[in-house]
Amino acid sequence: MSAVLDPHGHVAGDHGDHAHDHPHGLRRWLFATNHKDIGTLYLLFSFTMLMIGGMLALLIRAELFQPGLQIVNPQLFNQLTTMHGLIMVFGAIMPAFVGFANWMIPLQIGAGDMAFARMNNFSFWLMIPAAIMLVGSFFMPGGAPAAGWTLYAPLTLQMGPSMDAGIFAMHILGASSIMGSINIIVTILNMRAPGMTLMKMPMFCWTWLITAYLLIAVMPVLAGAITMTLTDRHFGTSFFNPAGGGDPIMYQHIFWFFGHPDVYIMILPAFGIVSHVVPAFARKRLFGYTSMVYATASIAILSFIVWAHHMYATGMPVTGQLFFMYATMLISVPTGVKVFNWIATMWKGSITFETPMLFAVGFIFVFTMGGFTGLILSMAPIDIQLQDTYYVVAHFHYVLVAGSLYAMFAGVYFWLPKWTGVMYSEAYGKFHFWGSLITFNVTFFPMHFLGLAGMPRRYADYPMQFTDFNMIASIGAFGFGLMQVFFFLFVVLPCMRGKGEPAPQRPWDGAEGLEWEVASPAPFHTFETPPKLNLAANKIVG
Amino acid sequence: MMKTMNSLRPVWHKAGQLCLAVSVSLGSGAAMAVGNLKGGPAVNQVDLHHPVTQIAMDQRTLHYGMLYTCLAIFIAVFGVMFYSIFKHRRSKGAKPANFHESTTVEILWTIVPFFIVIAMALPATKVVVAMKDTSAADLTIKATGYQWKWGYDYLKGEGEGIGFISTLDAGQREASDSGKPPPVDDYLLKVDNPLVVPVDKKIRIITTANDVIHAFMVPAFGIKQDALPGFVRDTWFRATETGDFYGQCAELCGKEHAYMPIHVKVLSAADYTAWAEAKKKELAAKADDPNKVWALPDLMARGQKVYSNCATCHGANGKGAGPVKPLDGSPVVLDADHARQVATVLNGIPPGMPSWKQLSDTDIAAVVTYTKNSWSNRTGQLVQPKDVAALRK
Repeated sequence: MSAVLDPHGHVAGDHGDHAHDHPHGLRRWLFATNHKDIGTLYLLFSFTMLMIGGMLALLIRAELFQPGLQIVNPQLFNQLTTMHGLIMVFGAIMPAFVGFANWMIPLQIGAGDMAFARMNNFSFWLMIPAAIMLVGSFFMPGGAPAAGWTLYAPLTLQMGPSMDAGIFAMHILGASSIMGSINIIVTILNMRAPGMTLMKMPMFCWTWLITAYLLIAVMPVLAGAITMTLTDRHFGTSFFNPAGGGDPIMYQHIFWFFGHPDVYIMILPAFGIVSHVVPAFARKRLFGYTSMVYATASIAILSFIVWAHHMYATGMPVTGQLFFMYATMLISVPTGVKVFNWIATMWKGSITFETPMLFAVGFIFVFTMGGFTGLILSMAPIDIQLQDTYYVVAHFHYVLVAGSLYAMFAGVYFWLPKWTGVMYSEAYGKFHFWGSLITFNVTFFPMHFLGLAGMPRRYADYPMQFTDFNMIASIGAFGFGLMQVFFFLFVVLPCMRGKGEPAPQRPWDGAEGLEWEVASPAPFHTFETPPKLNLAANKIVG
Repeated sequence: MMKTMNSLRPVWHKAGQLCLAVSVSLGSGAAMAVGNLKGGPAVNQVDLHHPVTQIAMDQRTLHYGMLYTCLAIFIAVFGVMFYSIFKHRRSKGAKPANFHESTTVEILWTIVPFFIVIAMALPATKVVVAMKDTSAADLTIKATGYQWKWGYDYLKGEGEGIGFISTLDAGQREASDSGKPPPVDDYLLKVDNPLVVPVDKKIRIITTANDVIHAFMVPAFGIKQDALPGFVRDTWFRATETGDFYGQCAELCGKEHAYMPIHVKVLSAADYTAWAEAKKKELAAKADDPNKVWALPDLMARGQKVYSNCATCHGANGKGAGPVKPLDGSPVVLDADHARQVATVLNGIPPGMPSWKQLSDTDIAAVVTYTKNSWSNRTGQLVQPKDVAALRK
């Protein structure tokens, strides 16, 4: 960002002017091979998608403000819920973490760049046509896909041509994810500075290494599921079409075999970010580094054997329900270990509460609430009551918004000084945190009640008894949306323009790691020759 | 443990009432006029439905158990965190300690949650096994999901042979479109023909669907079962109280997903017998003579009623919309050979046009005749029930 927008910036401690040389204008971004530029592109792209997905969400909440249809018709409503989900999952959360990975992994392991710089460029620019196709599907005949973000067959077989555009877009996004993952794995395994063994590697790199393996394992599964949908739609196959002997439940098994690991793809890097922020502001080393690595790996492995807990209501045999119930409950053990480790890190620290720490603590607190509702939902008999109700909506927004998104906010505030060379306004950051925390809970807490009372999700209209909680949720949603616009206008934009106090090389006195060994803003080229590291592999010596 | 959970219920209700008070103060005038629906949602309900089956009761007990266990863990864990937040902050002069690992502690906080999870799983297992036991039913009813209504067929037990379609009240559907629905307690839950079952009998519901996946849900009974096209699944309930109980479709099934409610009327054994007798007589009287030759005006009147099924997509004016083909002026509709149009109605054209073979020969004959003689279509052609019967495979 400003680090690289200002070609004349010269910061002590870099490798001379060469470190700042870079192409100019459009070519710089279009042909970008620099991991920092590509990281910036990813982050700006995902924020754009967050805003688009957010606007769809606000249309949904506006319609649900009171009973009766005032703003959209039921078909458009289904399009909104479908596209909100697809855009947020595949356009906002997943690419945002790739943006973090691009910026931070080379800096954290002392590598000059990502392993495959041109593939890196390709995997970013692939997303643009995919995103245009996805968002543009609203303007195709019959409107956008309206079968829910899970794209359950055989409803997808009834969709108009936009479904094909959506499937194509998902294929491209999947290809992009796989390329990004290969890049991350190769970079981490081959390009660490001498002396940084795997068990000395920063947690964020560890969580991303595991996430990248998850992505490579499951993205092809999604591609398979939607390709079968495509051939069912156009080429006379009947994988999921019962009229031709197909099985609609097979789609759900395949989809959730992708879908559940995907949930962890969206949260493991968040765990990584929080594992950097908490020790930095507690001024104490991360407690139980080894167990954190093992817990992350256990979560990843268990994530492959829990998928059918999304399908209790499909009528699985009793043994199937029991197996998936036990496996799902088991996942709460390693997740709990992570929370305990973070709290033990804070224990007897010397804590301060700058914005990154606020978001990290907010993450631990609110994400854990989402974890508990997850545990409640894992129990098959209770899930039969709550499946496909607003309780589930509340649950996954607690883990995806208060989980993934809050961790990303923590990461942005934490590393923004390093990225831009400018300190954000602490007052604005705190306002953003408290505003988001309050409005988030106003939006999503009442949804637990709606779900318990049996209000199904994806409903354009609802019985009168549900009115008040829906109104509260809608008011909260608009507040939450405004807070994110505020974040962009008053935090991100000023830093990108270089307005604010210049950031020192180490803005946080408790933060450790190689990214703090280079100047702020990070020079365009860093670690062109492998740095010589100390024994703990978190400082450059000599 | 579960007993103590139940004794804690008043606390939960107090909390609920508090939330209710807060939200009512925010609430709209319209919602204030709405009362609790017995067997359906209550105003600002914060808990599961009042259970009327043993399964629903067990589910509620499990939920309270989980809720309070989680709450206790939450308070314990975050008690520690907030203690740390307040005591171990730099502004209070806290100096960072140096410890950063302890194998003993790690093992401890892996093993303890593991046993807590086992303690949670055991009671749940019992309920899962009970939920899935659909054997020895007194009455078996097939619930078929259609876009967008429910069909009920009494397959086995008292009332065998009864079958009917249950649709949302048309006035309520219009009220929803108007944007200003009047405040009624059963808004979007009122149907023309509720499912009727006897009290204290084990009712097995077999679910299936005609087009896409739907889900049959009645919260008060603690049941939710997907209805899958081409497959059958089952669930069961034994209602312990008479009365009206409500649910809605719980799996996204297209445009009118929010408009296919479920209304179950639980009657005493005697009332149920009376209802079943009356219903059988009514159905026998209604059954059309398949060989009757109809006159145009009668068939048109009948067809107009049946056409409401078609109007959802093709529009009341027959003009269609987007990918939906117009009927007005369509060569298939105007064709003197009825075979293609009747076959289309019977078998559908995937993926857009559903199959309507569940309609009677007379209904299909009527609706085809109606389309041939409405709007600008003036063919004067008549399709008789026996023509449809001949084409039905």
